[in-house]
Amino acid sequence: MALAHLTSSSRSNLLKPSPPSYPTLILSAVRSPPPPTPLLSRLPFRSLLTNASLLPAPSRPLLKSLFLSSATWLRCGGWRSPPILYKAKLIRGFCHLYDGQEAVAVGMEAAITKKDCIITAYRDHCTFVGRGGTLLEVFSELMGRQAGCSNGKGGSMHFYRKDAGFYGGHGIVGAQVPLGCGLAFAQKYSKGETVTFALYGDGAANQGQLFEALNISALWDLPVILICENNHYGMGTAEWRASKSPAYYKRGDYVPGLKVDGMDALAVKQACKFAKEHVLRNGPIILEMDTYRYHGHSMSDPGSTYRTRDEISGVRQERDPIERIRKVILAHDLATEKELKDFEKEIRKEVDQAIAQAKESPMPEPSELFANVYVKGLGTEAFGADRKEVRAVLP
Amino acid sequence: MTTIFRGLGALTASNSFDSKKLQLPSPRSFSERKASFLLVRSDGSVNLNLGSNSRARRAEQLITNAVATKADGSAASTASKPGHELLLFEALREGLEEEMDRDPTVCVMGEDVGHYGGSYKVTKGLATKYGDLRVLDTPIAENSFTGMGIGAAMTGLRPVVEGMNMGFLLLAFNQISNNCGMLHYTSGGQFKIPIVIRGPGGVGRQLGAEHSQRLESYFQSIPGIQMVACSTAYNAKGLMKAAIRSENPVILFEHVLLYNLKERIPDEEYICNLEEAEMVRPGEHVTILTYSRMRYHVMQAAKTLVNKGYDPEVIDIRSLKPFDLYTIGNSVKKTHRVLIVEECMRTGGIGASLTAAITENFHDYLDAPIVCLSSQDVPTPYAGTLEEWTVVQPAQIVTAVEQLCQ
Repeated sequence: MALAHLTSSSRSNLLKPSPPSYPTLILSAVRSPPPPTPLLSRLPFRSLLTNASLLPAPSRPLLKSLFLSSATWLRCGGWRSPPILYKAKLIRGFCHLYDGQEAVAVGMEAAITKKDCIITAYRDHCTFVGRGGTLLEVFSELMGRQAGCSNGKGGSMHFYRKDAGFYGGHGIVGAQVPLGCGLAFAQKYSKGETVTFALYGDGAANQGQLFEALNISALWDLPVILICENNHYGMGTAEWRASKSPAYYKRGDYVPGLKVDGMDALAVKQACKFAKEHVLRNGPIILEMDTYRYHGHSMSDPGSTYRTRDEISGVRQERDPIERIRKVILAHDLATEKELKDFEKEIRKEVDQAIAQAKESPMPEPSELFANVYVKGLGTEAFGADRKEVRAVLP
Repeated sequence: MTTIFRGLGALTASNSFDSKKLQLPSPRSFSERKASFLLVRSDGSVNLNLGSNSRARRAEQLITNAVATKADGSAASTASKPGHELLLFEALREGLEEEMDRDPTVCVMGEDVGHYGGSYKVTKGLATKYGDLRVLDTPIAENSFTGMGIGAAMTGLRPVVEGMNMGFLLLAFNQISNNCGMLHYTSGGQFKIPIVIRGPGGVGRQLGAEHSQRLESYFQSIPGIQMVACSTAYNAKGLMKAAIRSENPVILFEHVLLYNLKERIPDEEYICNLEEAEMVRPGEHVTILTYSRMRYHVMQAAKTLVNKGYDPEVIDIRSLKPFDLYTIGNSVKKTHRVLIVEECMRTGGIGASLTAAITENFHDYLDAPIVCLSSQDVPTPYAGTLEEWTVVQPAQIVTAVEQLCQ
C-alpha cells in the first residue's frame, strides 16, 4: 500500500513545500477576483488508499468567522476561565481543556451542517459550543447548575445537544465510536444523506471496540468519519509508548485514511468536506488530525511531567491555530489589528457575562435526583439508598 | 392492582395445577363464551365477566399505566376467538414481526439473526421479509454492535439487539451500563434509548459454564434500564411487544430451555405490562416468588405440595427491575411467609435483592424469615448430575415450604 501523496497534479500550485521559517506566507497566483489563497500548511496531507484532491480556497467571511469562533472557544474552553473557576472549587471533578486543538472543531464545523452528527469523548466543551451551545449552558453545566445543558447532571464530560446533532460527551473513551457508527447506521436507515463524525484520541485509538465498529461500518457502508485527534499524549503516556504504529490513519487497513495538519483550520475544513463526500459514496474513512494540547490532560495534570515546557511553547509559537488565522486575516487585510483586538475584548466580556450568569443559576432541585432515570410516563419507581425517605414515583 | 388476562393460556403452565382452587371454567368451555375475559384481582378473588356485557367490562377495566394491556381491543365481538397454538420462540417471533410491521423504525441486530434465521429460530424468516437493512447480521463483536444499537436508538430508531447467549453480553457491559442506562440521565432527558436487548440465558442442558450464565444479577444495579424475564409463550409475546414499544432500554431475559414450550395464545393483539408480576396460582399459606424456568419447577413442586395439603401462592415476578412490590406486598400481607426460588447465584442475585426489598418494606407482615433458594455459587459444571445439583429442584422447594410452614 503506497502512500499516495497528493500528487502535484492534484495539488495545485497553491500548496508548495513548507518555508524554512514560520510564519512566512507564500502567496501563489491569486485569482483575479478574491477569494484569497489559503494559508500554507506546514504538514502536507498524507493519505492511505485515497487521493484527496484539494478543494478551492475559503472565502473572507469564512476566515473571519473561523477566527471569531476559535477565539471564543480558546477563551471559553481554554486557558482563562475554567482554571480560575476550578481553583475556586466552582468546577469540581474532571475538566479537560481543548486549547490548542480548536482548529479541529472549528474546521469540522465549517465543513458540515447541523444535520450531520458529531460525537466525541470527554474533551467536548468547544465542540459543544461549535454545535450551537451557549456559553451560559457550558459554564452552568461545569458548575453543576440548572441552566446547564444537561441540567447540571452530566458535568464536564457529558455535554449533549440533540437538536444540533451533538451526541456528547462520553467519559469512557472508545465507547463513543460504536455509538457514532450507530448514529451513522440510523442516518443510512433513514436515507438522510447526512454523515456522522466520531472523534477519539490517540489514546483511545487502541480500543478494540473501535476496530470492531470499523469492521461493521465498512461491511455495511455506513456514512461515518472516524477522526483521531492525535495530540500525541494519552493523558501522561506519549504516543510512541502506547502505540506500536502511531500512523493512526493507516490503522483502518482496508478503510481509507487521511492525515491532516490539525492545527490548520482550513486544512481540517477541506479534509472534512472531502471526507463527507467520500463516505456518502464509499463507506467509512479515518481522518487523523495532527494536533496538540497546551494544557495538561485535565485540571489535575500540570502537563509538564511527561513533556518539556520548551516543547509546549515551541508548538504554541510555530503552530498555534488561532495565530495562523489571525495572520492570514491581517495579511489579506480582511480586518485590522484593532478590529481583531476588539473582537477578543468582546468575546472576553461575553464569557465573563456568561460566567456571572451561570453563577446566579441555582443548583438542581432534590427531585432532580430521580428525574430522567427512566422516561416518564411508565409509572416506574426509583428508590434512593434509603427506601423509606427518598422514594420518588415518576409520574 | 388488577391483572387482566386474555385467554386461559396465561394461567395454565405447561404443568397443570389444581384448577378447582381457582374456580375457572375449563379451557374448552372458555372458548365458547362470548368475548368474556377473566379478571383476577391481586387478592386472589376471581371475577368472571360473562357475555358481552361491555359496559360492566369497561367499568372493571383498569389501565394500570401507559403500557396498558389492550383489553378493549376487540369490543363486543360476538365470534369467540380460540386463539392459536405455538411454541415460545414462535411467540417471540410473532411479537417481533407484529412490531416490525407496525413501526418501520424497529430493526433487529445480532449474530446470525438474518440469513441463518437466529440460533434459536426466533428471527427466522424475518430477513427475507424485511431485508438486510432491518434484520442485520453482525460480526462477532458484541461490544460494538450493542454500542451501535444504542447509538441508533439515540436518534430514534428502535433496535432489538440479540445476544446469541446472554453470557456474551458481558463483552458489551460497558455499553449497556454507561451508555444504555445512563444517557437519558446525563443528557438531562435529551436522549431516549428505546432499545431492547434480548437473548437466552440460564442453565441449559450441559452447555458448560460459560454458556450457562445468569446475567440478570450482574445487570440489576444499572440505573436506567428495565429488566423483564419471560416464562410462557403468552408473556413472551406480550413482553416482547411491550419492550419494543417502551421508551426505556429494556433487557428481555429468555431461557434456553423454554423455547419449545407449547401454549395457546390469543389471536388479538395484546401487551403485557413491563413492571407487573403475574399471579400464577393464588393461595393462602405461603408466597412463592419465582421467574423464568424456575416457575415450572415451582409448579411441579406445587402439585406435590397441594397433595400434602399446602396451599402455595405462586407469583411469577416477571419484572426483575423494578420489582412489582405492589403485587408481592399484597401477597405477603396475605400469607406472611415468603419463599424465593430463582436460578441466579446465591451471592448478589435477584433473590438477594428481592429479599432485601421485601424485608425493608414488609418486615412487619412476615411470620418467618424469607427463604431464598438459588443456584449454587459455582460455575455450572458439564456433568449432568452435577449440573442438576447447581440449580434448585422441585424436591428442595417442597422441603423448603414444609420447613417454612411448620
